[in-house]
Amino acid sequence: MSSIGTGYDLSASTFSPDGRVFQVEYAMKAVENSSTAIGIRCKDGVVFGVEKLILSKLYEQGSNKRIFNIDRHVGMAVAGLLADARSLSEVSREEASNFRSNYGHDIPLKHLADRVAMYVHAYTLYSAVRPFGCSFILGSYDEDDGPQLYMVDPSGISYMKEMTCRELVKEVAKIIYIVHDEVKDKAFELELSWVGEVTKGRHELVPKDIKEEAEKYAKESLEEEDDSDEDNM
Amino acid sequence: MDSHHSYSQVKGVSTGTTILAVKFNGGVIIGSDSRASMGESYVSSKTINKLIQVHDRIFCCIAGSLADAQAVTKMAKFQLSFHSIQMESPPLVKAAASIMRELCYNNKEELQAGFITAGWDRKKGPQIYVVSLGGMLLSQPFTIGGSGSTYIYGYVDAKFKPDMSLEEAIQFSTNALALAMGRDNVSGGVVHLVVITEAEVKHVVVPGNKLPKFHDE
Repeated sequence: MSSIGTGYDLSASTFSPDGRVFQVEYAMKAVENSSTAIGIRCKDGVVFGVEKLILSKLYEQGSNKRIFNIDRHVGMAVAGLLADARSLSEVSREEASNFRSNYGHDIPLKHLADRVAMYVHAYTLYSAVRPFGCSFILGSYDEDDGPQLYMVDPSGISYMKEMTCRELVKEVAKIIYIVHDEVKDKAFELELSWVGEVTKGRHELVPKDIKEEAEKYAKESLEEEDDSDEDNM
Repeated sequence: MDSHHSYSQVKGVSTGTTILAVKFNGGVIIGSDSRASMGESYVSSKTINKLIQVHDRIFCCIAGSLADAQAVTKMAKFQLSFHSIQMESPPLVKAAASIMRELCYNNKEELQAGFITAGWDRKKGPQIYVVSLGGMLLSQPFTIGGSGSTYIYGYVDAKFKPDMSLEEAIQFSTNALALAMGRDNVSGGVVHLVVITEAEVKHVVVPGNKLPKFHDE
């Protein structure tokens, strides 16, 4: 699995003898241990789904959001340390807003992803700060450039990654339900958002009725699969 | 349109000027005269270029203090070139105009220059933006500026048609500039025209003796 970087893992400004920066790798572990976030691109939009673990029954439904609006046309879904993710969402919002103020139009998603990735990367260079312990997915839809999806991880790389949006929402819900581990984690709340032709390029939370339809579909698919497993035995 | 009257009272070398830009079917034409004056009576240059290229398909016409206009367009050209390389694609005309606007608005106390930014981009095709003295940004299908423009408002209002052909647009621009140069003492020289389309950028110069003549000339 992972080797122990004794002595070379105390700060992000130290390389190990085999050329690794252990602090960045440990930061990526924080993401691996978090619950799932998905972003899927289809031909007319992008859908995000997040498995939000319910840490206490006292929390209100809809609290502890993990999907953020960065600009009218850009959404961000996060995995990893939530506090780090929130701070990065603020950084992204400022980037997008400054761009609009200087150049008069919506920030292209690739440029936003590059700028935020540069910011994340900066925190992997110094011993005085620690790397961000979160990965996030940025998505947007534009009439001319179509749907786009980018992912940024703690090392500061950004990379790019097809149904209609309406059908995709049900599939994303199904994936989250399947991926949810009943034994390891307790209850969870599904957070769904979308941006595409269906929302005229604005990133929004999926409306309640469509979300309920999607969850119903997801639960039914799970039950069907359980039944079919029993038959095979 | 605001404060064109103050252009002829600017100290130092100014471009008492006539500038215009007009959209036609498939592109945009920008044009200007070529006279630079100091005060009301001395022509400091008969052949100055007031059509500055800030990117491959984006031009600015300048009016007002020449020094201020050159400083602003030089800065805008630099910022736009950096922006375009970062975006890995040709810049939008709106982005160029916004850069000019930020420069004019944030430095409005020191500057005395106005611009017409026009060009072609992949997203919205041919566009014209006016960036005025104080930093207002406005998009228009055609626009005129400079001290000479006051004499041709009637002409352009009457003669402009949307979606003209290239030939009609060239005729429209040349006539308008010639009429303004005929009445404004601080506009004159030759007519510079630049035709910007998706395919190319074409310069046309109409020397003073080839300009269209009107009834009393």
